Amino acid sequence: MKDALRRMIRANKLSLVSLIVIFLLILFSILAPWLTPYGEADMDLMHRLSPPSAEHLLGTDEAGRDVLTRLLYGSRVSLMVGIVPTLLSMVIGAVLGVTAGYLGGAVDSIIMRLADIVLAFPSMLLAMVIMYTLGDGLFNVFLTLTLMNWGTVARIARAETLKLKTIDYVEAARSIGMSKGRIIMRHILPNCIPTLIVLFTLNVPSAILTESALSFLGLGIQPPSASWGLMVNTGRQYLFNAPWLSFAPSGAIMLAVLSFNFLGDGLRDAIDPRLRRR
Amino acid sequence: MDEKLLEIEDLCVEFPTEKGKIRPVDRVSLEIRTGTITGLVGESGCGKSMTARAVMNLIKKPGKMTGGRILLEGRDLGQMGAKERRLLQGREISMIFQDPMSSLNPVMKAGKQVDEVIRLHEGTDAGEARRRTIEMFAAVGIPDPERRYDAYPHELSGGLRQRVMIAMAMICKPKLLIADEPTTALDVTVEAQILELMEKLREGGTSILLISHNLGVIARMCEDVYVMYAGKIVEHAEIGTLFADPAHPYTKGLLRAVTSLQEETALLETIPGNVPQLYELPQGCRFSNRCAFATERCRADEPALRDLGGRECACFLEDRA
Repeated sequence: MKDALRRMIRANKLSLVSLIVIFLLILFSILAPWLTPYGEADMDLMHRLSPPSAEHLLGTDEAGRDVLTRLLYGSRVSLMVGIVPTLLSMVIGAVLGVTAGYLGGAVDSIIMRLADIVLAFPSMLLAMVIMYTLGDGLFNVFLTLTLMNWGTVARIARAETLKLKTIDYVEAARSIGMSKGRIIMRHILPNCIPTLIVLFTLNVPSAILTESALSFLGLGIQPPSASWGLMVNTGRQYLFNAPWLSFAPSGAIMLAVLSFNFLGDGLRDAIDPRLRRR
Repeated sequence: MDEKLLEIEDLCVEFPTEKGKIRPVDRVSLEIRTGTITGLVGESGCGKSMTARAVMNLIKKPGKMTGGRILLEGRDLGQMGAKERRLLQGREISMIFQDPMSSLNPVMKAGKQVDEVIRLHEGTDAGEARRRTIEMFAAVGIPDPERRYDAYPHELSGGLRQRVMIAMAMICKPKLLIADEPTTALDVTVEAQILELMEKLREGGTSILLISHNLGVIARMCEDVYVMYAGKIVEHAEIGTLFADPAHPYTKGLLRAVTSLQEETALLETIPGNVPQLYELPQGCRFSNRCAFATERCRADEPALRDLGGRECACFLEDRA
């Protein structure tokens, strides 16, 4: 892994920049309370919709709240939504996919048909149904995104397992009497990880975008908490007299999504030669 | 020593295919005496590896062992519980594979992979396992074993990797080692070293089933040889007898197809034709369509493996002798 990172940074400067941007975004979201003098929900009705100025670097919104402050606090939600459910769906999908692939038979059929059901549903519709039934809130967003994403991960992990299953070292492990569980833990999962890492960096932006879309539809995070998607949604009503309201969070979404995508590209390129050598 | 360590009796392995059931291993019987190296020779696809896989319970689905018994010191492996049999492997029987390049996990340190075996079978703790692995590395001739313990497989040469595989197979001191073409993927000098190592293992008390298509390797290593053709044993003899006086036309053909540095031959002799596909075996003797001596009888009936006094052969021609 360390090798791959080093190789990626050498081969692809863009992915290095992305890595730095992601790091800074996470840092800013953690340090938000110390970076701005305003609170997340501090209203100042005398200065509603004021354009960017020295006092409010990105202006204020319809309730006089500082847009930069909300952007920083919103990045907490958006980054968490990007990372936590993606990680959860990775773990669940990988375990189920590898199990299905290695055991085969009925277990395989049951797990993969479940995955097919999830995959066959239009994902946005599925998300809306779940959010509408469960109600809004951060936890339910996590749940929804995890449910939406594990199927793809399981499919990929299963395919990788089927390939690994017939490789000599897995046979060798069987020949020395290793149990199935141990083979999965020692040989199959570790060899799936390069593929899963790349999948992870590609799924993070899609989760951020889905949360944005859900919040935009009023199903995600609710005001006065901030998330980037929610900010774009409220800013929409003032698009012509206060464009900074939607431009700032849109820019942030774009920056985060692009960074994760470029990082994913770079990682994939860095890991590929190793796969070929194998 | 004349005790039987492993007995295979009438082993059959079947695979369902689109063209009907095939039997890559058809009523194969063989014995390995304690403390010997027994050879199993034959062309690619004749069922050598499949026989070994049956012993190790490694036959891939949808293939299945459909008949016969495999006895290790009189214990029927087929009658054992799944867990008992699994734990027997690695401790009493182990196997090394043809391709050392793909037989080690690329993302796990070489030493750790050997540790696994001891920890699995003997429940040894990590420190003790490491010490024994390094000891074993030294015993199988890995130079600088401490450093090699922490190496990843791609940092090792083919010969070293095969030694790691052998260390892995031998760490629990099994009674039987099955070596499936252990040197085919290695170059000649390394091959010689690995064979030497295997001889040393035999002197240490391990019996070996050596599977190879290389008659030179067989001649050098084995005491007893079985020749396999299209899923059947066609000849079985002591090494001296087999090389001096082969009985089966197939064995004769194999021996003639070996290049010799002493004699000047213009053209390397070959056996005409190919191993028949298992779903279109010729009637009668399986070798009849390639055999120069085949008679009407060979094309009608299948000869059984018969005792010819200290040796066995499955050929009608031997009747006349």
